[in-house]
Amino acid sequence: MVDFSLWDIIRNLLLAMRWTVGLSLIAFIGGGLVGLLLLMLRLSKLKGASVFVSCYVQLFQGVPLLVQLFLAYYGMGLFGINTSPWVAAGMGLTLYASAFLTEIWRGCVESIPRGQWEASQSLALNFAEQLRYIILPQAFKISVAPTVGFLVQVIKGTALASVIGFMELTKVGKTIANATFSPFLVFSCVALMYFLLCYPVSLYAKSLERKLHANR
Amino acid sequence: MRIELDFWAVLSEWPLLLTGVGWTLALTAAAVVVGTALGIGCAWVRARGFGAEHAPRWLQNLVGGYVELIRNTPFIIQLFFIFFGLPAAGFKLSAETASFIAMVINLGAYATEIIRAGLETTPKGQIEAAVSLALNRLQTFTHVVLPPALKKIWPSLVSQVVIVMLGSSVCGQISTQELSYAADLIQSNNFRSFEAFMVVGALYLLLSFAVRHLLNWAGATFLFGRR
Repeated sequence: MVDFSLWDIIRNLLLAMRWTVGLSLIAFIGGGLVGLLLLMLRLSKLKGASVFVSCYVQLFQGVPLLVQLFLAYYGMGLFGINTSPWVAAGMGLTLYASAFLTEIWRGCVESIPRGQWEASQSLALNFAEQLRYIILPQAFKISVAPTVGFLVQVIKGTALASVIGFMELTKVGKTIANATFSPFLVFSCVALMYFLLCYPVSLYAKSLERKLHANR
Repeated sequence: MRIELDFWAVLSEWPLLLTGVGWTLALTAAAVVVGTALGIGCAWVRARGFGAEHAPRWLQNLVGGYVELIRNTPFIIQLFFIFFGLPAAGFKLSAETASFIAMVINLGAYATEIIRAGLETTPKGQIEAAVSLALNRLQTFTHVVLPPALKKIWPSLVSQVVIVMLGSSVCGQISTQELSYAADLIQSNNFRSFEAFMVVGALYLLLSFAVRHLLNWAGATFLFGRR
């Protein structure tokens, strides 16, 4: 039996935190890209596109992330793809994040007054130009605070990747707790580390929000 | 390559699924009642312009710490801490009790922030009017401040309830027999893991629709409808 000192526990958890951060970044960036694509689709007024996107959002917001991750994990195996937890967790969380981000951003675009669309149309800008020069720059400003706020959700969401065997903070914490028989200490440390990751992001989101309202 | 999906193998285990739905709904209902009550209490302590002036400083800090701690850590860690961590400190809990406590604590923190936002929109004149009618502080809160605040934030609270219900799927990880645990049992019986989670996912989707519409309807009809 190996003896774990407090430092050993903390060191291993800190090492595991890398994967939590990495997975969060993958999900956040991937989700952002897919979310942007869905947003374009929704704004494009293509037939059926907005119905498709709203169904997509409903689906991912109405099914628990845990079940989504299991589906990604077993589903890819079913299609003969050799699933590593990295791929399954990365994909599951990307799709999850994309549904939430596209919904957040849709709200931001819709909060731009109608007159802005009409004015840009009357200037003979085409749809892409309207978005690029008039709508998105304004919507972007509003969207920063809630988007940063959602990053906290993504970081917390990665904890669920532990159930499909992804060795991140939660899974390593559980493994160490089983090995040391001191779950109280270990899970306290794990909680503290998540808190140290998330709290600064929360504070930053809150200060962005305050700044945005001060400008109005 | 041919993929064969056998949903019948999963659906024929309907008693397990039904038990799962029952546990999920029961846990959610219990957690919502207690969690919302906790949220109202904590919101009173934290609300500026209403409670924060009356509550002692240490209590405000305690509630603030609780809210931030819960909102910035994953639910699964809160659950593991309560189920695996607390017994080591001398509190032994069953899986169901641990799930219930974790859900209450989790919902309580989010509900605090939602309800606080509602309380802080109360116009000053309303409170002054209540004071001039010789209502005491508790009466002012329960009769004048709280009802319109709850009405305003009801949709956000309903969304949070749905999130907590979906979050309860994690409780299967400590062997609470809720819906996602049923999926786990079924797939270990017949190895139809993808189908099992498809069916359970569809059930969660249905439940979240049903709960959202039921609560929105109940709020409009019974709580705030008649004016």
